[in-house]
Amino acid sequence: MSQLDFEKPILELESKISELRNVEGDSKVNIAEEITRMQNKVERLLNQTYSKLSPAQKVQVARHQNRPHYVDYVERMIDDYTPLAGDRNFAEDYALPGGLGRFRGQSVVIMGQERGHDTESRLHHNFGMARPEGYRKAQRLMKMADHFQIPIVTLVDTAGAYPGMGAEERGQAEAIAKSIETCLNVGVPIISIILGEGGSGGAIAIATADRVYMLEHSIYSVISPEGCASILWRSADHANEAAAALKLTAQDLYQHKIIDGIIKEPIGGAHRGKKETIDLVANQIEKALKELSPWTPEKIKKERAEKYLAIGRA
Amino acid sequence: MNWLTNFIRPGLRSLVGEQKEVPDNLWQKCPSCENMLFHSELKAAHSVCYHCGHHLKIGVMERLALLFDDGKYEKFPLPNVPADPLKFKDKKKYADRMRDSQNKTKEKDALVIAKGTIGGQDAVVAAFNFDFMGGSMGTAVGEGIVRAAEKAVKHKAALIIIPASGGARMQEGALSLMQMPRTTIAVNMVKAENLPYIVLLTNPTTGGVSASFAMLGDIHLAEPGTTIGFAGRRVIEETVREKLPEDFQTAEYLVDHGMVDAVVARKDQNAEIGKILTLLMDTSQEYVREEKPRKNGKNGNGGKGKKQKGDKKSSNVTRLSIKKGKQKKAKTRTQPEQEQQEQQPKRKSASG
Repeated sequence: MSQLDFEKPILELESKISELRNVEGDSKVNIAEEITRMQNKVERLLNQTYSKLSPAQKVQVARHQNRPHYVDYVERMIDDYTPLAGDRNFAEDYALPGGLGRFRGQSVVIMGQERGHDTESRLHHNFGMARPEGYRKAQRLMKMADHFQIPIVTLVDTAGAYPGMGAEERGQAEAIAKSIETCLNVGVPIISIILGEGGSGGAIAIATADRVYMLEHSIYSVISPEGCASILWRSADHANEAAAALKLTAQDLYQHKIIDGIIKEPIGGAHRGKKETIDLVANQIEKALKELSPWTPEKIKKERAEKYLAIGRA
Repeated sequence: MNWLTNFIRPGLRSLVGEQKEVPDNLWQKCPSCENMLFHSELKAAHSVCYHCGHHLKIGVMERLALLFDDGKYEKFPLPNVPADPLKFKDKKKYADRMRDSQNKTKEKDALVIAKGTIGGQDAVVAAFNFDFMGGSMGTAVGEGIVRAAEKAVKHKAALIIIPASGGARMQEGALSLMQMPRTTIAVNMVKAENLPYIVLLTNPTTGGVSASFAMLGDIHLAEPGTTIGFAGRRVIEETVREKLPEDFQTAEYLVDHGMVDAVVARKDQNAEIGKILTLLMDTSQEYVREEKPRKNGKNGNGGKGKKQKGDKKSSNVTRLSIKKGKQKKAKTRTQPEQEQQEQQPKRKSASG
């Protein structure tokens, strides 16, 4: 999972470079030249590969475990982060952390799905698949932001809402529906970024926003390509075809005017430049907040509704 | 066909030697009790098994006829939207699937919008057509719900949505996903006018449909046995790797878990929804509400002169719940109120 098959030639070159570096000590200058030459080649290959990723390859990149996650973003771009827990009803949901913090001087409510980075943390965060209590906490935090007139930032990275028995019993559908409704009814700006995977209802529940941006190699879809393939092609083996048919890349969604912009990733994808990616995302959030901050609550709600009503109307 | 084919079950037919002359579709088996059902009797029972009460699938037009008072309603066309925005193709082209469904159902997409009265109250109904690509929700359906909500607001009518849908339509990708916020905006337009929004959940209501407008009603009613949930049963079984309870995700299960107000049999739906609408919208009460959302002029006579069985009883009930508190200016009587009272002198004296 950590290796992408289409990156194989690049990874091979990179390992050769590190081999050469090891022998560098007992050899002459021409090795340094060789390394520079090979590094240029790596860069060229990365550029080539990442400028024409197929939709199926984008799905792989979007799910790459080394992409920066919610916790990385919070750590780098939020000061005084104050995590807030619980839906005041049933439980805390570690798949969808959230809280208060300061973003470049501005108080914000921030929330998003966290997938975890190793087995233990993945289990703790339930692989970023939230249960109803997660979406009910999201509602709670959004209403609080509205009450104190603080903008909201949501970072989306989930395969979808958790399909479990308890989740259904406690009203997963209702929790998502209410979360969408809350997004639409708050009078403060909501900025939403699709970091990796925007998985269906579990994503839109917190991504019904005034401004929605996607990272260059992220995906956003009504159903996973595997799920779509198993229904329409009757076999998950056709996931690559489904990925292409679903038009789930950032570029597709921008073309269909579903999102407001694409945030460029460093060469070779966000997993090759975490800090750079986070800074680019932060710049975009700052820009959007600046644009929306003069808006009155009434204008925000009106424009948000009109924006969504306009989607898909020719 | 003669009297024999009407009364003899298929199993017995071979004995009587009638088999060849009987078309296959005259009898069908109830999926629940497995008793045989004869087509004309099943139709008379509105596709409810007359042995066990199991609710079978019913056509959307038949449903509308059953729901509106006297089976009378006015149907509206679906708004136009761009067709096949993604040029989607799996084993078959989406454009071809659409054409097939359109030919089969004679409808443009999986939603029917109609207006009429239920229990004497004006109501706009948006009903899903499961025969059209499994009632899946794409742009046309979403736009239809927006249109239905606008009609309800315009006519100061209640909005009733009847989902029968597997969820979002995959063939329109993320555009289908966007129907979740879009339909939420729609039903909120109705709520903002203090008009009732009632959801009648029918089989099935799952996925993106259940996780948007279908769970946002003022009141949720469901047909017996309806499957209601977010994730599909099989997906959940694969995730949790255990057997789920038999009644998992049924309407009755959802009542137990607090997500649905009541299960209502098909034959009672007109009366039940009519009663609820009358309780919510009847302006003949002495407690005067804000003028804005009420019907102007014609509202006074809740039943439009058509006496409803439960009328008297229901007005008693509403009087008891007068202290609801959402009313702000309770002082002035509106014109319609006075008209109403002239028509019902008895109530006038009662209200002093």
